[in-house]
Amino acid sequence: MNLSAVSSKSTLNQQLKEFWFYFSVSKTAVAGLVFLVLVVFVALFADVISPHEPAEQYRQFAKLPPAWKEGGQMQFFLGTDYAGRDMLSRIIHGSRLSLLAGAIVVVLSLSVGVFLGLVAGYRGGWLETIIMRVMDTIMAVPGLLLALVMVAILGPGLLNAMVAIAITYTPYFVRLTRASTLSELNRDYVTASKMTGASSTRLMFVSILPNCMAPVIVQGTLSFSTAILDTAALGFLGMGAQAPTPEWGTLIAENRDLILNAPWTVTFPGIAILLAVLAINLVGDGLRDALDPKLKRS
Amino acid sequence: MALLEITNLTVEFATVTGSLRAVDGINLSVDEREILAIVGESGSGKSVAMLALMGLLPWTAKVSADSMLFDGKDLLGMNDKQRRKIIGKDISMIFQEPMTSLNPCFTVGYQITEVLCQHFGGKRRSYNNRAIELLNQVGIPAAESRLNSYPHQLSGGMCQRVMIAMMIACQPKLLIADEPTTALDVTIQAQILELLIELQKSHGMALVLITHDMAVVAETAERVVVLYAGQQVEQRKAKKLFENPKHPYSEALLNALPERAQDKLLNAIPGVVPGQMDRPQGCLFSPRCSYAQEVCRQEPPMLKDGILCHFPLSQPKAISVESE
Amino acid sequence: MFRFLINRLMLLVPVFIGVTVVAFGFIRVLPGDPVEVLAGERGVSAEKRVEILANLGLDKPIWQQYFSYLSDVLHGDLGVSVKTNRPVVEEFFELFPATAELAICAIIFAIIIGVPAGIIAALKRGSKIDQGIMGISLVGYSMPIFWWGLLLIILFSNTLNLTPVSGRLSFLFDVDPVTGFMLIDTLLSDEKGSFLNALHHLVLPTVVLGTIPLAVIARQTRSAMLEVLNEDYVRTARAKGLSTFRVVTIHALRNAMITVVTVIGLMVAILLAGAILTETIFGWPGIGKWIIFSIFARDYYAVQGGLLLIALTIMTVNLIVDLLYGFINPRILHKKDKS
Repeated sequence: MNLSAVSSKSTLNQQLKEFWFYFSVSKTAVAGLVFLVLVVFVALFADVISPHEPAEQYRQFAKLPPAWKEGGQMQFFLGTDYAGRDMLSRIIHGSRLSLLAGAIVVVLSLSVGVFLGLVAGYRGGWLETIIMRVMDTIMAVPGLLLALVMVAILGPGLLNAMVAIAITYTPYFVRLTRASTLSELNRDYVTASKMTGASSTRLMFVSILPNCMAPVIVQGTLSFSTAILDTAALGFLGMGAQAPTPEWGTLIAENRDLILNAPWTVTFPGIAILLAVLAINLVGDGLRDALDPKLKRS
Repeated sequence: MALLEITNLTVEFATVTGSLRAVDGINLSVDEREILAIVGESGSGKSVAMLALMGLLPWTAKVSADSMLFDGKDLLGMNDKQRRKIIGKDISMIFQEPMTSLNPCFTVGYQITEVLCQHFGGKRRSYNNRAIELLNQVGIPAAESRLNSYPHQLSGGMCQRVMIAMMIACQPKLLIADEPTTALDVTIQAQILELLIELQKSHGMALVLITHDMAVVAETAERVVVLYAGQQVEQRKAKKLFENPKHPYSEALLNALPERAQDKLLNAIPGVVPGQMDRPQGCLFSPRCSYAQEVCRQEPPMLKDGILCHFPLSQPKAISVESE
Repeated sequence: MFRFLINRLMLLVPVFIGVTVVAFGFIRVLPGDPVEVLAGERGVSAEKRVEILANLGLDKPIWQQYFSYLSDVLHGDLGVSVKTNRPVVEEFFELFPATAELAICAIIFAIIIGVPAGIIAALKRGSKIDQGIMGISLVGYSMPIFWWGLLLIILFSNTLNLTPVSGRLSFLFDVDPVTGFMLIDTLLSDEKGSFLNALHHLVLPTVVLGTIPLAVIARQTRSAMLEVLNEDYVRTARAKGLSTFRVVTIHALRNAMITVVTVIGLMVAILLAGAILTETIFGWPGIGKWIIFSIFARDYYAVQGGLLLIALTIMTVNLIVDLLYGFINPRILHKKDKS
């Protein structure tokens, strides 16, 4: 048996290939991924794809039903809202906002959360206690409520909503990372690294962090989908994106009075939210199955 | 007529990477009151074969055989309900890890009386005395107070005794012991083995002992079946096997015993058991066999007189071990 | 058991302190003139200004302000609602039963349907039934619940006229609020048909609020069962010849439920957050609707008090769940006894 030196690049390649093999076993995960890519595409090219300007009001065509219903027109495929704005265009542009919100929330909460978790797990002592108690306090209040209160302080708007929601998600990442860090600290390679004089930061970020990433990635996807839901909820309650911004939750809120006469104005934005979140959750499930060997079929 | 008769048993598992054949056409028979040992390395399929018999394999397993007869009844064709009347009552099985094989949420007494209640009906509590009697039989001190203990309050050896008590409660005709001592301390191993032999005699049961430890086989078995990579390579009377092993693998197993080591080196068998991906074209043992010839590598051998080999050994090469 | 309880309570104290700090800090952090802000939108008279300033004690150092706030809290004084001029505590506990009733119904709904669904999915792993159940539960927690509520209202209330649109009881009935739980009060009252009416009003909100817990419980039950079904002791139970029903419900379920109960405990926060949205949609007079309206009306004492009380509720329920956990899992109890 001869042991050949393996470069780190090829093992990463190997790992990715193996990961994709297990990920692609789940057809639903792949379907979710495809749909997600589609949504990202729509969001990126919203200006080009959308048939009308989202803010353009066609007063004479107000409250038009979808094209396939009696009274609908092809040029306003999903109908129009109370001000005569094309629903399809507004929903297309809304995808940008939702994806952006989700991404920003995840990036913020993940980076802060993982950092705090690493520090808490590695340093221990009073620093860990303070961090964990603060996280416990944040978790003692329901996320949506805390976000609402924070937005009340900061003032309504999409950006403030994103920051508020990110704060409510941070404890989950802190807990996960701290738990992983604590179990990694017991491993021999950490003791070995310490003995060779590796600095704390190097140890934390280069050695320990990669081993904690699997559950963090899974939690990240879950947070992405929950962030879109929470952003929509805040928009619906009037505390998130403000009208006339076509955020999906805000769209539902501004058309709420029409649910009797023009139910499509409320139905379609909700379907958009549902499909986007569904796709992300499918991908998240696939990720979890691919990254967690215990659940594999063999 | 034999108590248990299995012909051509094959078990395949469906995995992400294809179908895995864990048991490949083995034949077994056990007579009443006989002690049969099934020997093999990990991955030889010895546990899987017996689990298939009991119907305890997961859903990914496909079991097929020409016949599986117990006491004249066809186990293969039975539905679940009929099989459950036999399992735990006429055929019982004890497992390798006693600590995890008992339900942590229920007391010892509950778990023993449960099996009695299942097969003989009536109120569970009425079997409490019988449970105490069984705990005494398996050598657990202070049996009456032990009834209310939880498994996590007992040591490994005690858990295994409880398992045995549970599984002989209904006076089975056949007891299968799947590596019952492997997970226990060395000092306890001998005790548990002794207990099993004693119970086998006093209850008049047939005993199938699954093990990888040839020393255990030497002490206890009347007949031995040697498995390799899911296939049956040798089936002989124990004494004859130890004096004169006919299959190179059996010989290698015996030579690997510490007592037979020459100089300071143990006679380990080089190589590993073939997995799903690297099954040889010919005889499965050929990559590791010191007698292997070209035909061995090309063609799979046929079963002759219970030996699966192109060139069964004839001279008595192995030295018999002094049995206690 | 007692030591277990004390242990858990000790862990809650710092969190309680933390929440009081948040509640206290929240008002101090609000932008704008604090007096104007706290007086609400109506404008401030000179006497009111003096009163509010005295309440806030803005002249004193901040830690002193905090401690006087804390002592008020511990005495049960959470301030007075600017809108209604009633003590916040009084308002909260008057409206709390409505939310509690809804939440309890929702979680019962989620458990009654979710647990069996999860068990069936686990037993029939890989089959169309399993995929179907998991698919539906996936859709269940991917939906925005406020939209789901609106959709159900469109379908059942408007189109089919099957259920009422809002409120807890038709105004035609006059029922004494004895417990605050409409189902109990209607049974106690003389009004015929009021119980059924209350039930009728509960249907849609329960389904909406209970959808996400249902989906999560179904998934968790399935994965807990799958894990447990692979355990050695389940194999032993099967080897004893026990029926599948017995193996699943008695041997496997007891152990799987340990995980599921933990999950149910986490549901409280989800239920309260969901209640905010559900109560808004269905005009349900509970604390969810109250707190959001208070935020809009800038009734900040109400918000502050509501925040604290809601956090307390969650902590209390989590504690009860922890205790229940100790009952179900004997190992936890014995560990505590030995230490």
